[in-house]
Amino acid sequence: MIRKTRSNISQNEQLLFEMSSPGKRGYQLPELDVPAVDAAGALGGENVRDEVTDFPEVSEVETIRHFSRLSTWNYGIDLGMFPLGSCTMKYNPRINEAVARIDGLAWAHPYQPESLSQGVMEIVAVLEGALCEIFGMDAVTLQPAAGAHGEFTGIMMVRSYFEAQGNARKVVLVPDSAHGTNPATAAMAGYQIRNIQSNSQGMVDVGALEASIDDSVAALMITNPNTVGVFEENIAQICAVMHSKGGQVYMDGANMNALVGIARPGDFGVDVMHSNLHKTFSTPHGGGGPGAGAVGVRSHLEPFLPAPRLRKNAEGAWSWDYDRPQSIGPVKAFYGNFGVIVRALAYILAHGGVGLKNATVDALLNANYIRKILEPYYEIAYPAPSMHECVFSDSRQAAKGVKTGDIAKRLIDYGFHPYTVSFPMIVHGALMIEPTETEPKHEIDLFCDALISISQEIDENPELVLKAPHLSRTPRVDEVLAARKPVVRWKKP
Amino acid sequence: MLSVCGLDSLEQLYAHLPEETKLNRPLALDPGKSEYEIYDYFKARAAENADGYASFLGAGVYSHYRPVLCDVIASRGEFLTSYTPYQAEMAQGTLTSIFEFQTMICQLTGMEVANASMYDGSTAVPEAAMMAMRITGREHIVVASSVHPEYRQVLGTYARNGRWDIDTFGYDAQSGRLNLAELEAKIGERTACVIVQSPNFFGVVEQIPAAAALAHKHGALLVVVFTEAVSLALLEPPREADIVVGELQSFAISPSYGGPFAGVMATKEKFMRQIPGRLVGETKDANGNRAFCLTLSTREQHIRREKATSNICTNQALIALTATVFLSVYGKEGLRELALQNLSKAHYLSAGLKRKFDGPFFNEFVVECGGKTPEAVNSALLEKQIVGGLPLGRFYPELADCVLLCATEMSKRAEMDLVRGTLEA
Repeated sequence: MIRKTRSNISQNEQLLFEMSSPGKRGYQLPELDVPAVDAAGALGGENVRDEVTDFPEVSEVETIRHFSRLSTWNYGIDLGMFPLGSCTMKYNPRINEAVARIDGLAWAHPYQPESLSQGVMEIVAVLEGALCEIFGMDAVTLQPAAGAHGEFTGIMMVRSYFEAQGNARKVVLVPDSAHGTNPATAAMAGYQIRNIQSNSQGMVDVGALEASIDDSVAALMITNPNTVGVFEENIAQICAVMHSKGGQVYMDGANMNALVGIARPGDFGVDVMHSNLHKTFSTPHGGGGPGAGAVGVRSHLEPFLPAPRLRKNAEGAWSWDYDRPQSIGPVKAFYGNFGVIVRALAYILAHGGVGLKNATVDALLNANYIRKILEPYYEIAYPAPSMHECVFSDSRQAAKGVKTGDIAKRLIDYGFHPYTVSFPMIVHGALMIEPTETEPKHEIDLFCDALISISQEIDENPELVLKAPHLSRTPRVDEVLAARKPVVRWKKP
Repeated sequence: MLSVCGLDSLEQLYAHLPEETKLNRPLALDPGKSEYEIYDYFKARAAENADGYASFLGAGVYSHYRPVLCDVIASRGEFLTSYTPYQAEMAQGTLTSIFEFQTMICQLTGMEVANASMYDGSTAVPEAAMMAMRITGREHIVVASSVHPEYRQVLGTYARNGRWDIDTFGYDAQSGRLNLAELEAKIGERTACVIVQSPNFFGVVEQIPAAAALAHKHGALLVVVFTEAVSLALLEPPREADIVVGELQSFAISPSYGGPFAGVMATKEKFMRQIPGRLVGETKDANGNRAFCLTLSTREQHIRREKATSNICTNQALIALTATVFLSVYGKEGLRELALQNLSKAHYLSAGLKRKFDGPFFNEFVVECGGKTPEAVNSALLEKQIVGGLPLGRFYPELADCVLLCATEMSKRAEMDLVRGTLEA
């Protein structure tokens, strides 16, 4: 029985270009208080364009209706559980949004004098310090714009570290369970990729690792907890093996929400890591960004951090230090996604040390509860204990002709966003479920009921699941057609 | 819930972690604060900045008015708290708005395909260089020194690690425009692309057709960068370019001490399969209605892993949405009027000042400070609650006596008179 949703009228809406009429406008500029300049005269006629052909022309009320109607075609955390594994879709506190919009922060120009930027610099410094404590690292940079960008920053630091010793090395080891960004990042940084097979527990196989490692290996990129939601129980040994061959350990901290306050990567031997502020530290995903990728390092990598670095001068004022001869250089203009930094710090201030740990433990509880409830119906991928997410295989359902992607689409009818589908690739037809700590038990129970109900539907009426969704505004979308004949912009018919 | 899990205590949830990996003390962070205390903390920090000052800083980050609707829409939970639209059936709102965004970026840049956004303008530059290298199979980049210095630094960071070569060419001392002779001398048969910016870092409008002709003569691509997106409403778009990348901060994105902003990449249709990042395409749903979804994802890291066009994953969807609302609010006429106001204000500000370059400019220009240092000029302005222009010596030692001044529609005549008076005095 579907208990979370009922059918509803949904507004149709054209594209902005289709609803435009000449001369319509939604703006009013102030009257110009200086003489108007003739564009052709000032710029040269050859440099001035005609009108922007077919550009939108709509009124203010049409604009707000247009985007409000589009918004109702979306699903967000504000509407319900968003159980995407590895994505940490937790509640986005609105105080974070409010403080990021305070004028003195939102209107701070990156080139305004340092004497008039002490407040923004202090915020960056305080967040760096808090993340050092949470990660167990010696230094943190907040410059990278996203998780993958943080990975790139980290691997470039590893390369510079080895170059400083005279040999950049050639290979980065990546477990077969890794996020796709890991091998893509290492390739962008000029490394060859060597895959490491997981063992029967879904963990890095220490024997396979030892067999893969030699003097050409610069680093291992490891995710912990890994992408099957399991803590790498040999992590300390893995780090020791890497270090014994002079290699570095990079930790993908996408799953840091499982560790905050209970374990610190720096303590178990990781040399460099990133954490996505838009996952663990609650800044909104916004339909795919903006994010921020904080990168933490142990002291031996600190000289290689992106320039500039914050320093306190003799008078106790903050200043940016560009004199960093061993730095990999900047990875982004200015100092990072400051607006995201503000939001993440607001989250940490709200929780405090105890609150952050409590959040972690609640995330573990929610994931393990879901695992227990669903285990009779779906095949758990690995028997090892789950951390903040649980990963099932669709093997029982696939035997009846229904795959993880179909189950995901049927969940939409029950009012939930699907879990992460078919990842990690080492699991047959993965259902990767991460509830986060902010889901109330009532919502989690509805979610579990939905998946149990779907498993029964597969027995009784598999067509119902194979053709889902049935109740959403938009039924199944033809992705094959989109790729075969790409239409990626509107054109006037 | 614990009993369902067969546990007696919360600690048992992580009891299986090896002892040596556990943190056996509380995090050394202050106790949690109330909403009021958090707001108070950030208000106090905000008060330590240049709050309430008039500013004539541009240099890649511009003070434009942000129509109220932009935040009203971007604050809607359905947009704010949604995820990357992999599940098209639940994300038609985001997907439709990105399709409109891609279309408007094409209309503004004169290109045929635009992606769903990049991190920012600076990181879009090395992504464009990598794309040009994939297309041409060459590994040499020629970049104008009048491209934003921080963008060039980021390009340098990526290049050092990717092992590609970069050559820089200069500007004409009189006009501030590209030194085309030097450009031609640096292009060779190994050159993948030439990268120029217009308006350039000095605010000067560049000769794009001439740069394109030179690049194409040698089989290289032309990459055109923009930092001031409002200029696109008035300036001839860089149609001769092969790739256009730029920064959309001017479209209602707060300066926010340098981020988050949104970059964009646009190109010709024939290069569509080499573009990095997300693309939204039109398709149909099972009822035959128009629908949208992410497409051509076989370029991307989650499918292709180490063979992907880029490692980019998260982009700037909410910022791109804000820009889309901005463009809808202003529309065809409003955007042009906005650009004309910027042009007019900047020309008013420049009147009587000693401009370093005589090339045409949009809303930024370089001024010589005469006998004074840029620092002395700016100190005098700060006393009048005005943040002056950017002293250029930090990036261009030969321009150590110059500042880069910017005026926008938000610059008031009385404040511009104060700046002029201070520089002329």
